[in-house]
Amino acid sequence: MPYGPHTTADRAKMLGALGLTSVDQLFDDIPVALRASRLDLPDPEPELELAARLTALAARNRTDLASFLGAGVYRHWSPPAVDQILLRGEWYTAYTPYQPEISQGTLQSIYEYESLLAELVGLDVVSASHYDGAAATAEAGLMTCRATRRERVLVSRSVHPHYRETLRTYFSGGLELEEIPLVAVGEAAGTTDLAALERMLAERDRPVAGVIAAQPDFLGLLEPMPAIGERAHAAGALFVAVIEPVGLAVLAPPGAYGADIAAGEGQPLGIAPQYGGPYLGILASTDALVRQIPGRLVGMTTDLDGQRAFVMTMRAREQDIRRDKAASNICTNQALLALAASVYLATIGPHGLRDVAALGASRAAELEAALGGAGAPRIHPGPYLNEFAIRVPEPHATHRRLLDRGILAGLVLADAEPGDPSLADGLLVCATEMTTAPEIERFAEALGEVLGGRPPTAVEAGAGSDRGSVAGSVR
Amino acid sequence: MVPTDLHYTKDHEWVRVEGDEATVGITAYAADQLGDIVFVELPDVGRSLDQFATFGVVESVKAVSDLFAPVSGAVVEANAALAGQPELVNSEPYEGGWMVRLRLADAGQLDELLDPVAYDALISAG
Amino acid sequence: MSVTGTRLQPTIFERGRPGRGGGKIPHPPKDALDRIPAAARRTTPPALPEMNEPDVVRHYVNLSQLNYAVDTGFYPLGSCTMKFNPKLNEWAARLPGFANLHPLAPDTAAQGTLQMLFELEGALAEISGMRAVTLQPAAGAQGELTGILMIRAYHRAHGGTDRDQVLVPDSSHGTNPATASMAGYTTVTIPSAADGGIDLDAFRAELGPRTAAVMITNPSTLGLFEARIGELLDAVHDVGALAYMDGANLNAILGRFKPGEAGFDVMHFNVHKTFSTPHGGGGPGAGPVGVGETLLPYLPTPRVLREPDGAFRLERTGERPSSIGRLRSFAGNTGVLVRAYAYIRAHGASGLREVSDDAVLAANYLKSRLASTYDIPYDRPCKHEFVASATTIKKRTGVRTLDIAKRLIDYGYHPPTIYFPLIVDEGMLIEPTETESIETLDAFADALIAIAAEAEATPELVTGAPHTAPVRRLDEASAARHPNLRWRPMRGAETPCPD
Repeated sequence: MPYGPHTTADRAKMLGALGLTSVDQLFDDIPVALRASRLDLPDPEPELELAARLTALAARNRTDLASFLGAGVYRHWSPPAVDQILLRGEWYTAYTPYQPEISQGTLQSIYEYESLLAELVGLDVVSASHYDGAAATAEAGLMTCRATRRERVLVSRSVHPHYRETLRTYFSGGLELEEIPLVAVGEAAGTTDLAALERMLAERDRPVAGVIAAQPDFLGLLEPMPAIGERAHAAGALFVAVIEPVGLAVLAPPGAYGADIAAGEGQPLGIAPQYGGPYLGILASTDALVRQIPGRLVGMTTDLDGQRAFVMTMRAREQDIRRDKAASNICTNQALLALAASVYLATIGPHGLRDVAALGASRAAELEAALGGAGAPRIHPGPYLNEFAIRVPEPHATHRRLLDRGILAGLVLADAEPGDPSLADGLLVCATEMTTAPEIERFAEALGEVLGGRPPTAVEAGAGSDRGSVAGSVR
Repeated sequence: MVPTDLHYTKDHEWVRVEGDEATVGITAYAADQLGDIVFVELPDVGRSLDQFATFGVVESVKAVSDLFAPVSGAVVEANAALAGQPELVNSEPYEGGWMVRLRLADAGQLDELLDPVAYDALISAG
Repeated sequence: MSVTGTRLQPTIFERGRPGRGGGKIPHPPKDALDRIPAAARRTTPPALPEMNEPDVVRHYVNLSQLNYAVDTGFYPLGSCTMKFNPKLNEWAARLPGFANLHPLAPDTAAQGTLQMLFELEGALAEISGMRAVTLQPAAGAQGELTGILMIRAYHRAHGGTDRDQVLVPDSSHGTNPATASMAGYTTVTIPSAADGGIDLDAFRAELGPRTAAVMITNPSTLGLFEARIGELLDAVHDVGALAYMDGANLNAILGRFKPGEAGFDVMHFNVHKTFSTPHGGGGPGAGPVGVGETLLPYLPTPRVLREPDGAFRLERTGERPSSIGRLRSFAGNTGVLVRAYAYIRAHGASGLREVSDDAVLAANYLKSRLASTYDIPYDRPCKHEFVASATTIKKRTGVRTLDIAKRLIDYGYHPPTIYFPLIVDEGMLIEPTETESIETLDAFADALIAIAAEAEATPELVTGAPHTAPVRRLDEASAARHPNLRWRPMRGAETPCPD
């Protein structure tokens, strides 16, 4: 065993103390009929060989592409300080701070996370974190049902499809979930249909617990959040804003437009994409809902000497104490990712965060102009921050041909939203501060070639994974 | 010895009857067992409770306990002071720490409760 | 190693000074946000602290030193399996090919990760004797919800909509009943037998046409193998219900017991316990779920599939209508799973079996060292953890388990899990794991024995502990009565944005 300390003599000594001759005797209580068949797994692999295997696997992934893919997960500069702090064993090899006297580091860092996020979202209560944006949004939906004692939640179709699917799964235990359609045409096309929302809220015999909408929404568009919130509140429902934290440096925070709950994905705050997680589920609420928010909370208090200190608090809401009456079954939190977000925010600072958001918006505008010039106009007319949908013919084939040229041309919307014919020709593309002018140029040039119908040359087709070769062939 | 002018339940609640109203709280013994009370969840005024139905929750730092209506009745008042000062349940369980007042639906149910001597015996038995 | 002598830190809000920081991100053009309608704009910048990088680094390094961790000392936190977290695994998860891969990257660009996930599913299926495994759930608790929702879907598809109850033993983790409630079920709690195990008669009395599932932790939360598990599983299936295994304690039975072979229909794995992924101060984890044939159609989406040509791909939206759907966004906590994959590869079949052998041997050895000083409520061979109790010590001296736990801090140890399972008076659940040496086990036993002597001679030394930690015991009552859950920055202290 690679990490075990026991020598043959150690084991013999321990067995001797127990009056046993073989460790097998300690498993005698497993009924013979139930004992395991042989474990059919490969032999142990020495670290050197395992490292080579892992390196080879990682190398099979293509992370060399010029990427314009966002759709809920964004490429941002994470200052190396973030990961170097995370690599300290005192952080990542500790567990839940059950013993506050020897966990003040983790506890204070969570309190600071709660405080930093409270500033960003403009709400007072921030949970110590959930699994990801989708799970946090599902918990937000459940919160609205508990708080209002109603059982019907409306979610805009412009909320990320994975979040809507997750809500559906979490609600399958007996709560109702309905989707608010989007405006089909005109200036507001692609955003939440307020008239439809009003009709759904007006069904008096089916009172609505919560209304969920995203800012920016899945298609990158800016939603009329204050108007959605007003309508929800007029019907006695709570309003849940699904947020993207970097955008909050420049966009109005949920607290400013009356949202009761904010939920969202914290990945953009310094966390690597790593094919889906671990991420950081942001969940925040007004003070009025503090009893309803699920998951850990850390508060400030004092010790016996009156010294300032931090501790997990309001614990009796949680599953280990309240069991079947708990607000949620969530056990722990994403503490290490909350730490990453805190270190990121502290390192990048308020002005840096604004620069990240504004530079992404600026690059996105350049991207829009370049792609429009190459023959791929936007689908929707409304304003966006740093992500938008474009129209291309044969989106699957176009996407694939661009991939052959080293370009990850965003997301094929027909895959993400197969039920929406208005998006059948769409690609969802984004830019961040990481997007460079040459990358935008290459994307536009490659798109022009693909749309021009010129088949890729053998050199291009064969050298897709090599940026240099692609650039060379374009020259 | 527990106060002698009250009725008690096996779930460590007390009932004080004044006219057709019953005031309900938890006993000093219960408060002590739970430890520092940090939150009390109480019902809305007007809600009708059946005898032994849960009407609220009392939380300490590391425990939680349901509250049961010792008798049937409609809620006349819930103790608003407990929202800001849940510690009253520890410091004055029989006075400032009361929880709800009910309009008694059936005074006969009081006979099913424990008298002070019986309750004292219950908690002395541990 | 104890956590001592380190000064507490001001918050980052107190450390920040207007004008500090910068130099990370190029300035955007002045008109960058002109396209954004005023109504959607933020009017006041968030009052985040302004700090320079050296101050940030010093702040978080100093804070880290207030933490106890596996990397600093023995952490016998029962039910949590605080084993060593291999450093190779941290390195592997940070390989750019793994770390920088976007979760919606086309399958052709994600073959390395997809292969890793596919092989990990296979390994977990082999370890558990299950037919298939999903890696999607983000944590053990979410794995439980996945399992119970699959059971619900199964009953719906088989006319079992009247089944509305989930049976759990009183020794279970709180997540079991909380999960049952989340899935819309009523929990029926079954008392344990006097020997700490399943009370078969008590279960039989509650099993019936309303039973949807039973949730069993095996080995139990008392660290005991449920010897009557075969009979219970038969009884469960006889009434048409399904059996869920909480895999929290899998570390004890690798290569010895495969839940799927024994008849469990579904189980979750806590990879941060058995497969060494770091606990992260409370997370992240990952909660893969294994199923037998019965629940195969209901696995959450997306699954990882292998095409006939050997290429891997993710299942597409709507491809398998019988699925219970998604539990979260994207494929799963892949960055955690790659660590578990590396751990399983490093150990192989023989190494994994040795993990359990050594974990069980260490627990029994430590229990034998303590048996003459502490109460051992269930005195038979344990698995990877055991319960000791301070009931007798409390009766004699007034010193409680909480005090003993706090005194252990002064001796340089992280306390065991205390007052869990709820059914043990003054209980402490001790799990040494397989990565602690016999010297460490002996020193820890000596410390607990010394504290028991202190309880007799100088009880106030124990009840006043800890004495050497950065803070003393905390006022948890005030924290909960009057919650202070966020810092309130001094408004007006921040500089305007440098537009």
